[in-house]
Amino acid sequence: MIKKIWAWIQRFSSPKHFYAISGKLIPWFAVPAFLLGIYGLYMGLFVAPTDYQQGESYRIIFIHVPAAWMSMFIYIVMAISAAIGLIWQIKLADMIAAASAPIGAWFTFLALVTGSLWGKPMWGAYWVWDARLTSELILLFLYFGYMALQSSIEDQRTADKASGLLVIVGVVNIPIIHYSVEWWNTLHQGATVAKFDKPSMHIDMLIPLLVMALAAKLFYAAIVLMRARNEVLYRERNRQWVRDLVKKL
Amino acid sequence: MSMNKRSKRKLLVVMVLLGMALASVLALTAFEENLLYFYSPTMVKNGEAPSERKFRVGGLVVAGSVERATDSLLVKFDITDNAESMSVEYRGILPDLFREGQGIVAMGAFNGQNIFVADEVLAKHDENYMPPEVADALKAAEQQ
Repeated sequence: MIKKIWAWIQRFSSPKHFYAISGKLIPWFAVPAFLLGIYGLYMGLFVAPTDYQQGESYRIIFIHVPAAWMSMFIYIVMAISAAIGLIWQIKLADMIAAASAPIGAWFTFLALVTGSLWGKPMWGAYWVWDARLTSELILLFLYFGYMALQSSIEDQRTADKASGLLVIVGVVNIPIIHYSVEWWNTLHQGATVAKFDKPSMHIDMLIPLLVMALAAKLFYAAIVLMRARNEVLYRERNRQWVRDLVKKL
Repeated sequence: MSMNKRSKRKLLVVMVLLGMALASVLALTAFEENLLYFYSPTMVKNGEAPSERKFRVGGLVVAGSVERATDSLLVKFDITDNAESMSVEYRGILPDLFREGQGIVAMGAFNGQNIFVADEVLAKHDENYMPPEVADALKAAEQQ
């Protein structure tokens, strides 16, 4: 039984099979991501009520919070993929990790920039070195480190091993980011939504926020599949099935 | 492929995770104090704040304590953590969110008269988001 499952996993995760399936999957993520993104932005920026303290400036959370969540989510996906790649040596897992890195780095960058733009009018400073902001900046450097390792090692298997290990080592930063606002006094406020208590946010603001978060997840799914397909073609460029594919073009 | 090699790699990943977790716990505990962005008035009263250099204090602005000078940007107010409170003095422009009852973080040091002289005041926002009508309704309900 286990042998059968193992055989099925190996066939399904073969780059050739993945390439065929993923092409059909992309629109199923991309179209809802686009529609939900438009709807969420419209609801968040135009329909959701003004905040009692922050006025209109709070609306940056409809970008900032989903971006920050994605920055951590994508990192966890990368760490799991890297572990699967390291332990079971499934090539596709390493490709998913490699395809995810720039997307995660962009979301992290977006979270830092939007937070900074909000920080100036609200806190009175673009940047402070509190535990939340600092650990999120370290996350950006972890993404950079992964990408640098990937591109600086010639041999693909060595590159995957080294960068995979870096991602797994860095995963310890994720709980630090999440709990930083509880463990230490920080300027950044505590959790509004991601906590056991009920969210400290009015429902008319919460719904667009969750819509945007879902749109960001679907957007990631679509983009990571596209990037992973490119990764497959590049890494398998000397294989017969890729050559056949190119001939057909 | 031998099971043995795969288990070895599994072990490696687990060891890396455990090692990193342990190292982080040790490092974060060791640097605990440096990771605090600010001290509370209670910590200051207990003498936990540094006396030889500037540091940050944080707390809620006490209602009715804000005094503004008429001829300069000087502001005096008290901050509290609902257990202890202390007086703060600041000369400059306050952030938009500065108001009574709001959390703030001030950077500075004590002068001779036990007043904390700040050269930077930042507003600390809380995790609550709601429309003004809801905030008013909550306040009205609280007063009843």
